[in-house]
Amino acid sequence: MSRSAATASGYNFAYLDEQTKRMIRRGLLKAVAIPGYQVPFGGREMPMPYGWGTGGMQLTASVLGQDDVLKVIDQGADDTTNAVSIRAFFERVAGVATTTATAEADVIQTRHRIPEQPLRRGQLLVFQVPIPEPLRFIEPSEEETRLMHALEEYGVMHVKLYEDIARHGHIATTYAYPVKVDGRYVTDPSPIPKFDNPKLHMAEGLMLFGAGREKRLYAIPPYTRVESLDFEDHPFEVQQWEAPCEICGARDTFLDEVITDDRGGRMFVCSDTDYCQSRVEEVA
Amino acid sequence: MKRPDLNRATLLEARGVSRLYGPGKGCESIDVRLHRGEVLGIVGESGSGKSTLLRLLSGMERPDAGQVIYRPAVAQGRDTVGREGELDLYAIGEARRRALLRMEWGLVHQNPRDGLRLGVSAGANIGERLMALGERHYSQIRAVGQDWMSRVELDSRRIDDAPQTFSGGMQQRLQIARTLVTRPNLVFMDEPTGGLDVSVQARLLDMLRTLVRELGLSVILVTHDLAVARLLSHRLMVMRRGQVVEAGLTDQILDDPQHAYTQLLVSSVLTP
Repeated sequence: MSRSAATASGYNFAYLDEQTKRMIRRGLLKAVAIPGYQVPFGGREMPMPYGWGTGGMQLTASVLGQDDVLKVIDQGADDTTNAVSIRAFFERVAGVATTTATAEADVIQTRHRIPEQPLRRGQLLVFQVPIPEPLRFIEPSEEETRLMHALEEYGVMHVKLYEDIARHGHIATTYAYPVKVDGRYVTDPSPIPKFDNPKLHMAEGLMLFGAGREKRLYAIPPYTRVESLDFEDHPFEVQQWEAPCEICGARDTFLDEVITDDRGGRMFVCSDTDYCQSRVEEVA
Repeated sequence: MKRPDLNRATLLEARGVSRLYGPGKGCESIDVRLHRGEVLGIVGESGSGKSTLLRLLSGMERPDAGQVIYRPAVAQGRDTVGREGELDLYAIGEARRRALLRMEWGLVHQNPRDGLRLGVSAGANIGERLMALGERHYSQIRAVGQDWMSRVELDSRRIDDAPQTFSGGMQQRLQIARTLVTRPNLVFMDEPTGGLDVSVQARLLDMLRTLVRELGLSVILVTHDLAVARLLSHRLMVMRRGQVVEAGLTDQILDDPQHAYTQLLVSSVLTP
């Protein structure tokens, strides 16, 4: 854990002004009350381009308290560009303590992964979402998709999965795999691998999703049913690997393929760097 | 001698529906009554208001005045359909109306591209309505898709092909299969043979007629082609400038037209 000394002056705590944070928190309350429902919010310009996690940052800024400990991950790793720059941003404008340890964090902002270690009660997981609308690829009209959500017209989601099986022989969607939240709203869990979908179900922490460009936020509250869509004869399955992680030997984690040289050398390692490291330290 | 039942129950009824875009444009206080198992043809020249009428009847456009009443088969207890199983199409909520369109009704567009999802395969197109109704077994959906492809005389081996690779006539067949797969009570067709050449048209009509008879469909058919109307429909309504000028049995109207406009229409048909 480290507390940054160099907090930038001239900014409100956590960059956004208090009224904006209140507006976003009101939206979040509504999102928690209606699990999976996309709540519009007045997205602000952030000092970062769209697509780099501006939605997640605004949510994080709104829920962050002065004594909270923040962790930021990108594809599971704490040391990649996106994670490093967002962590540095909040160190500068909020002066909050940051950590890489999942268990120590109060707020975790993530891109494309859910940490391997299950969330505990009271922890907040904030997702950066590029396209919040799961129906978008089938129905381009926003007006129509809202109506489809309101009337629970979700037959088309299965058309997409049907098409997958017809083309590839199995459901080939591997990330942003659509889920049904609390038996009502079909939701895009952001581009996490479908390996992480089971972690959404009955999780103990609160999960918040923010899309900056589309200006939508939604939530999956603790202990909420989350089902991945599938067919009776083609049930939902997660990815599996033949070999364990080459660093820590874990067999139950999501593995990244890392190319080690230009002669075809490669290795599979945990994408969650903190989890991998803590396992190595345990053994040592 | 066994006589056909002449007093069949009314399935759909319109009372004085109006929707005017301007004087003489649209349709003006029209009464329609469609009996169960009947094919009703609506003919008229371009701009006579027949497509507007179809949109009003099928719940796609709210009329300025008048009512559209749908009487589903004996209330099956799954929904409260109001007194005597009557549904006032524009008094019920949008959710119910859309559910009706999705589950009990079918709509065949003139241009198959309007009715098909071009981004997904033929099988997914046919299966969509089944999946919307809650069918969740891939192999069964696929088997039904193949069955329907052969019913509409498409090669069932092409089930995984995209609709764009099909010819215009084949796309139209695919659209018909996609609509009829859930056995709708009522089907609306807007110029189903428009834009097809005559030989393709003839085969499509032949197929449609067989399907209508086999499934006992109730159909409202809009066409400007009197030959299509004669072949498919039991009764005809002739429209002009937003009003019905003549209505009656198809053969009666086409063989002995009373109204001057109908006479003109019938005499304008080209015979090679």
